[in-house]
Amino acid sequence: MDFLQSIVVSPFVEMFAYPDFLLQVIWEGFVAGVLYSLIALGFVLIYKASGVFNFAQGIMVVFAALVLVSLHGMGVPAWLSVVLALGVMGLLAVGIERLVLRKLVNQHDAILLMATIGLTLILKGVGQLLFGGEPKPMITEQLGLPTGSTDLEILGGIVILQHIDIAATVIAVLMVIALAIFFSKTRIGRALRAVADDHQAALSVGISLHQIWAIVWFASGIVALVTGIMWGARSEVSFALEIIALKALAVLILGGFTSIPGAIVGGLIIGIGEKLFEVYWGALFGSGVEAWFAYVLALIFLLFRPQGLFGERIIERV
Amino acid sequence: MEISHADVVDSSAARVHDEELLSVSNVSLSFGGVKAITDISFNIMKGEVRAIIGPNGAGKTSMLNVINGFYHPQEGVINFRGKQRRRMKPYAAAASGIARTFQNVALFKGMSTLDNIMSGRSLKMHRGFFWQVLHVGPARTEEIAHRAKVEAIIDFLEIAHIRKQPVGKLPYGLQKRVELGRAMAMEPDLLLLDEPMAGMNLEEKEDMSRFIIDLNTEFGTTIALIEHDMGVVMDLADRVVVLDYGMKIADGTPTTVQSSQAVIDAYLGVAH
Repeated sequence: MDFLQSIVVSPFVEMFAYPDFLLQVIWEGFVAGVLYSLIALGFVLIYKASGVFNFAQGIMVVFAALVLVSLHGMGVPAWLSVVLALGVMGLLAVGIERLVLRKLVNQHDAILLMATIGLTLILKGVGQLLFGGEPKPMITEQLGLPTGSTDLEILGGIVILQHIDIAATVIAVLMVIALAIFFSKTRIGRALRAVADDHQAALSVGISLHQIWAIVWFASGIVALVTGIMWGARSEVSFALEIIALKALAVLILGGFTSIPGAIVGGLIIGIGEKLFEVYWGALFGSGVEAWFAYVLALIFLLFRPQGLFGERIIERV
Repeated sequence: MEISHADVVDSSAARVHDEELLSVSNVSLSFGGVKAITDISFNIMKGEVRAIIGPNGAGKTSMLNVINGFYHPQEGVINFRGKQRRRMKPYAAAASGIARTFQNVALFKGMSTLDNIMSGRSLKMHRGFFWQVLHVGPARTEEIAHRAKVEAIIDFLEIAHIRKQPVGKLPYGLQKRVELGRAMAMEPDLLLLDEPMAGMNLEEKEDMSRFIIDLNTEFGTTIALIEHDMGVVMDLADRVVVLDYGMKIADGTPTTVQSSQAVIDAYLGVAH
């Protein structure tokens, strides 16, 4: 009975007793969720256009952030560093398309996945060689990002909102809107969707697969840089980020591999879910549930709804 | 509206096609040990409807794939609009003015009819990447101009009622029509149609024939089509090339081809 009570009753009693604390937990979860969503977004972009599951997305986040921080460390002005870091991600995209994807076109999915695992190792090695292995602080203030916090008086208590978290949310929302417009309204967006649907038909209307692939890898490189800045600003830029990025896998299973709204909603569900679970139920499992909550949730989804919440329904005529 | 095929055939027979648009010279294509096409030569004149016929496995689709760059022949050359080429990427072929449809409809199934046809305008839209990302100014004006062209095509093909529907859900006959629309949107010099009427009922075939005739006579589009329905071929085509086992066995007007002994043998078999 005691056990049941501690699962079903006490957490909710606690939530209602201290609603301001509940709100704080949800906010923290929300912000973590935004960052998961951003990483998942990078995955979805590439998966949609080329069917490649890009295992290297996590390390691309770290790599982009390290390039930025190191450039600034060498005395380059902050904003110029951002531009240069974008340039590096662009070169990386073209390089990956030329040297990896082009050679492996029409190969089995598993082979392409292995290629991106190889890419992960290369980026990690090159990154450590160039920038060293130790964590670096993000150049938050130099980039003009807000620091500090606001105490929001609400529900008879206080909720603390970090300004950087608010900024991260706003930037993420803007980026998603921009991507959505880009995908639905522009020629290149349409070409991206066309390539995702049918390679051969896309070729026949004059769409260059090589160009499209380079563009999506660059787009997800941009997303990686933004994610790296935001995440780095909350903690620091280190290779440990790569492990956290794996949580995006769970986000994708929840949201569906081909859906941008899915990546966002999935990220938020996991972010908020794992924080709530950790705070209110964590003690039952001896804490540390944040580390595995996402994967267990993903497992449940795989059992009952393998295409995810928003996964593309496959329309097929028989 | 009833269109009399006899009228159209008469008028097209009267037209003169004296400018060569495409010529295929001594093309051979093989996959490993299997010879798909052996030493084929023929040409397509500007403004004509050219049919490619032959029994199953004769190499008709392979021939189209060679023309639009999906396959690279081991031997022979292709001359399109006076430019010679041997290896060409499909998107380069598309850029040079060759559009096509596929035997098994290859549409972007998740996209609407409108977006599918819009995708045919890819090569005609030139505004830079960054304008497009911003989606303002010139890129927006350009998008609207192309939208008008696409709407005209939609009207032409009488598919206005399905413009917002995802094409994956449409019946087969309509999908074929959308695919034709996408190829039309490219405003091609040469339109390759791979069995445009396969799997259609009589009424749908008549509609499709009408679109092909209108495309050819009103817009002057040169068309090369593969078709199994002999009645359709005889009505539509100015000239016919017949393939069998990857080789050319006849070439000429529908009437001459029809009476050729080699063609009759290929279709009906040789008496032993």
